[in-house]
Amino acid sequence: MAENGIGASVRRKEDNRFLTGKGNYTDDINVVGQTYAYFVRSPYAHAILNSIDTSAASASDGVVAVLTGDDLAEDGIAPLICGVNVTSDDGEPHRAPLHPALAQGKVNYVGDHVAVVIAESLAQAKDAAEKVSIDYEVLPAVASTATAAEENQQQIHDIAPNNMCYNWPFGDKAAVDAVFETAHKISTLDLINNRMVTNPMEPRAAAGEYNSGTEEITLHVTTQNPHVHRLILSAFNQLAPEHKLRVVGPDVGGGFGVKIFVYAEELVVGWACRKLNRPVKWTSDRTEAFLADAHGRDHVATAEMALDDQGKFLAMRVNTTANLGAYLSTFSTMVPSYLYAFLLAGQYTTPLIYSEVKAVFTNTAPVDAARGAGRPEATYLLERLVDVCAEDMGLDPAEIRRRNFIPVDAFPYQTPVVQCYDSGDYPAALEKALQLADYDGFTGRAEEAKSRGMLRGIGLSSYVEACGIAPSAAVGQLGAGVGLWESAQVRFNPTGNVQVFTGTHSHGQGHETTFAQLVTEQLGVPIENIEVIHGDTAKTQFGMGTYGSRSLAVGGVAIAKACEKLIEKGKKIAAHALEAAEGDIEFVDGDFTVAGTDKAMNIAEVAFNAYVPHSYPEGLEPGFDENAFFDPLNFSFPAGTHVCEVEVDPETGEVEIVKYSAVDDFGKLINPMIVEGQVHGGIVHGVGQALLEGCQYDDDGQLITASYMDYAMPRADNVPSFDVDYAPTNPPHNPLGVKGCGEAGAIGAPPAVINAISNALGVKHIDMPATPEAVWRAAQSAA
Amino acid sequence: MQTISMNINGVSVSGEVEDRTLLVQFLRENLRLTGTHVGCDTSQCGACVVHVDGVSVKSCTILAVQSDGCEVVTIEGLATGSHLHPMQQAFKDNHGLQCGFCTPGMVMSAIDIVNRNGCDVDEATVRKELEGNICRCTGYHNIVKSVQAGAKNMGG
Repeated sequence: MAENGIGASVRRKEDNRFLTGKGNYTDDINVVGQTYAYFVRSPYAHAILNSIDTSAASASDGVVAVLTGDDLAEDGIAPLICGVNVTSDDGEPHRAPLHPALAQGKVNYVGDHVAVVIAESLAQAKDAAEKVSIDYEVLPAVASTATAAEENQQQIHDIAPNNMCYNWPFGDKAAVDAVFETAHKISTLDLINNRMVTNPMEPRAAAGEYNSGTEEITLHVTTQNPHVHRLILSAFNQLAPEHKLRVVGPDVGGGFGVKIFVYAEELVVGWACRKLNRPVKWTSDRTEAFLADAHGRDHVATAEMALDDQGKFLAMRVNTTANLGAYLSTFSTMVPSYLYAFLLAGQYTTPLIYSEVKAVFTNTAPVDAARGAGRPEATYLLERLVDVCAEDMGLDPAEIRRRNFIPVDAFPYQTPVVQCYDSGDYPAALEKALQLADYDGFTGRAEEAKSRGMLRGIGLSSYVEACGIAPSAAVGQLGAGVGLWESAQVRFNPTGNVQVFTGTHSHGQGHETTFAQLVTEQLGVPIENIEVIHGDTAKTQFGMGTYGSRSLAVGGVAIAKACEKLIEKGKKIAAHALEAAEGDIEFVDGDFTVAGTDKAMNIAEVAFNAYVPHSYPEGLEPGFDENAFFDPLNFSFPAGTHVCEVEVDPETGEVEIVKYSAVDDFGKLINPMIVEGQVHGGIVHGVGQALLEGCQYDDDGQLITASYMDYAMPRADNVPSFDVDYAPTNPPHNPLGVKGCGEAGAIGAPPAVINAISNALGVKHIDMPATPEAVWRAAQSAA
Repeated sequence: MQTISMNINGVSVSGEVEDRTLLVQFLRENLRLTGTHVGCDTSQCGACVVHVDGVSVKSCTILAVQSDGCEVVTIEGLATGSHLHPMQQAFKDNHGLQCGFCTPGMVMSAIDIVNRNGCDVDEATVRKELEGNICRCTGYHNIVKSVQAGAKNMGG
């Protein structure tokens, strides 16, 4: 292993700038002549816009412009899009209502964008926004997921009868129904997957600047995928041709999915900076983030499992209603369909699965991918149902899992729901996790707790997810509008240091370190001489960005392939310089050597030769700089078992997580320190969903959890420290042997926590978030 | 508009501010000290914590004019040249940060926690005292480790 190479917990290269206040986030960017945008948002969930009077606002101090949807339409800026098609069971594409960046004629959720005020200062913009006079004709609102598609409901979009976006059945219903007819036992569970607000700590922001000389727009934006932003803004929104639009995602303070999407504010800022020929900056405040960031989850589901007399799963039937909000966000349609139903097999051999997903519109903020995206919803449903099955069959939750796991020798394993798992050892992770959690000692601990009047519970969650998104052919067949390869460029400078350009984007994941470790391992260049560059369409050739735990599994492989190309070229240069046959050149630890001799040349010397080719192989291009693209053959399938132990105070309903153990299979670890940090963060994201976070709208569609005073984020004193270990297997299709780790915790944790609480209380189910009030009520009714 | 002056990170500064200008706006907008962040609008998240006269303060919670004549230390004022403050070093050594956005506030709060609770501050105290700083990335595990390690470092 190279020093600081694969497997080393290298301290992060990016940390010094963050620790000294030298990070460069979008709101930190200030330019001469900058103006400030502030959006006028609908206070109503559903209303007709009779008129907008901007005259008083326009005359207000410092105001540069007040712009509305009419201005946007006049300039030919097209509505926001949804990039993935899901075909409904009537054979028609999903219903996609027009989604103008500034409302035209109607508003459909609280926070919907009505107008933008641009002024010399933010305070002036806010003052003027108060003076925009809007005549709303308020309509009844649809706020409930469960009832949105009921007959006689208020219709939101003419294009979507019964507020239905799509009805998407998957699987052989007749075959599944037949198994249920004759099964030994049927276990059933109704559950809600609570709506979450994603809440990266940096609010979204956009800063646009137009250069009238080059006719280029530069848009700094809080994005996880600058090239995808550019592509959509250019090809679909008609903001500017792709070569006249530079999108930069500078330092981004957390994403978790919510910064994948192209939002109204970003499009408006890009358009307005050119229209006004002034730099325009917009930064969301936290209330706006709650109102208008895409939200996550929000399912209402019924799940049923048919079992034989040994507790083997024979068939599963799932009925889900998924709330997509008022409009379709960029990738929203694929989340409760492909990313959800295709993971319903979990770690089990269940041979038949039928799923029906009803995706509905409501007068709430759009819902899209959030850390895990569909996979947490599938895992929560399945792993809760498995515990109900165990209870119904009188089996230990660990035992029923063992009886149904896909055996180690069955890989590659074709599930009944499209995915073909390439590798895994589910029993190994389970047994290791049980040991880490001292599962066998639980009974003693529960008795001890009981003597203090406390209720102890333990819960398991054995999850599998599909990451490394994604094989382009597979997503193309499913209706995605893009390919999901990744690109890399590895460039030596003449002085021997290396710049690595990646199309992925780091917003906390530590790519600047992990990717440098890949390069130092492969090329033998000291890590301090390697710089990883990302996030700027003017610097990196192309890329699809970071989400779905894809950066290392897809982007990392592209870097490795570019390094291989450099080694191949370097052999030619070294062979010429060392006067040897190319076939005799070996490359080890940064040196090209002639096999069996002491003749050698460091890769830095080779790079110098390539740029100063005074004596150079005939026919070979100068330069030492290679590109590579990688399109994976399959998804990767991280998996693991998490064990949560809780203590519940039946008097107060308070839940304390006393121990949390996670054993995951991420394949090979490049930087174990960073991976462990990703696991910790994911777990707490999941614990937040299970115990604290619940986004609530009232019946009128008013968001009643629109600040950190009302929406409970996990804090340091809500969670314990964690025990983390690994049970790796090798994914055969991934050249680096890696699987991805960023979402695992958020997927594994919610069912582990709720299984533990249900176990403690002796109840069949409790919905998330299991707040003290909900737990206290459940404890009372159980007693 | 009022003229205020204060000592920030050892340097005397002055500026014109509106009555409604918050300290964090004065730092970020007037002085371009953008290391102090704004993560919420209800004084909950702690990304904007700075030290005012030696005590941690959420700089979104006080007006710039209230800081007139005070000594203010921000994240930019901790390191000595390229030599990190012991708490900054502990965050780096223990992977106590991911996206870096909450980090300045975390580090400023952490130093204040050690100042008030000593170098042997225990895990439970650190967790309780960090209640006013929200992080979405780390799950707090490594932040807590960092604060305890930084506390030891600060004790020399």
